[in-house]
Amino acid sequence: MSRPLPASSTMLEMGLIEFTGAVLLTSVLAGLLGALTGLGGGVVIVPALVLLFHVDLRYAIGASLISVIATSSGAAVSFVREGFSNVRIGMFLEVATTLGALGGAYLTARVSTRAIGIIFGITLLYSAWSSFRAKHDQMQYPPNALAEKLELRGDYPTTNGREAYIAQNVPAGFGIMFIAGILSGLLGIGSGAVKVLAMDHAMKLPFKVSTTTSNFMIGVTAAASAGIYLSRGYIAAGLVAPVMLGVLAGSVAGARMLVRIRVPVLRVIFALVIVALGVEMIYSGATGGL
Amino acid sequence: MASEADLKMEMSISLMLRTGVSLAAIVVLAGWVLYLFHGDGVLPDYQHFHGVPGPADRIAPILVHHRLDSRSLIRLGILILIATPITRVAFCVYSFAAQKDKIYVVVSGIVLSVLLYSFFRP
Repeated sequence: MSRPLPASSTMLEMGLIEFTGAVLLTSVLAGLLGALTGLGGGVVIVPALVLLFHVDLRYAIGASLISVIATSSGAAVSFVREGFSNVRIGMFLEVATTLGALGGAYLTARVSTRAIGIIFGITLLYSAWSSFRAKHDQMQYPPNALAEKLELRGDYPTTNGREAYIAQNVPAGFGIMFIAGILSGLLGIGSGAVKVLAMDHAMKLPFKVSTTTSNFMIGVTAAASAGIYLSRGYIAAGLVAPVMLGVLAGSVAGARMLVRIRVPVLRVIFALVIVALGVEMIYSGATGGL
Repeated sequence: MASEADLKMEMSISLMLRTGVSLAAIVVLAGWVLYLFHGDGVLPDYQHFHGVPGPADRIAPILVHHRLDSRSLIRLGILILIATPITRVAFCVYSFAAQKDKIYVVVSGIVLSVLLYSFFRP
């Protein structure tokens, strides 16, 4: 899917429509699969743009970051109504993610694209691996003085009625969130997998609470690096438009379909796609192809 | 923890987010259609990075010589999109203040400061 060589003005005109159409279709597919599998679409958009369309890594990261803000902010209102997400835990951890994202966005200009490619590849492999990690909801919550002071607790609906929880290992969770923020700012992704790691694994929050709160946080985290991306010229309007609209449309459609269908096979396939893209990103980064 | 007040806050937040995203998507779509079918029709070189845009490129005028500039319209949509989560955090500062939750007024105030710094930084 390499771009046609500029030969005449008519070819260039064809080139724009063809290129845009192919990017739009890829983005819709990425958003759809991302929503259906719960892995997020942003994570495959950057490697797809870089590896398939030969877009410069910085333009790809810029377009992906904007699509991440759109999908996170447009996420399902139903989770809120059911009372899964926790606004205080989200806000507290956003201190870590926004500061991290600011640092990450600064780093993009200082770290070579080859290194960014390799970090991106490793993050992709981690995301794929983490999607198959066992999810165990903790049943007992020992009292935690710091979490108590910061009001990092709540209750959520279960089959046995509403159950209370309180965060554990607050400093560790905060630290991992800072790393999630750096990755988001550096790579233009939501880094949902790392956010869930902080809340589900470190802070022992119920899985549903972790995923929905993470989704709420992603938009705010991404907004912290968007200003810097804009002033650096990473946001190419003509490229951002099809990526943002495509991923948004795909993820909205995917979220609607998710209510009706179960997708274990699709999840495996998409995880394998992510692994392949991750390996390819690491290879391209290491051999200087980026 | 004021659970009822929090739920109300989150409902308002998600409504606000959806409105912002929908508005941004409509503006970007309008700009994009204009860009594709009434632009110069040339595929820009995305293969090579062209570096930092001028200050005029950040928030450019939408009307250039009485004609709508499609890229500026897309950029306006992107700005609306970025403003959406920032507005969300500002609303949280207000809601926590209404609940007299001093810790969270400070916490959300820090997040808002980071976002505004990133956006308006010199």
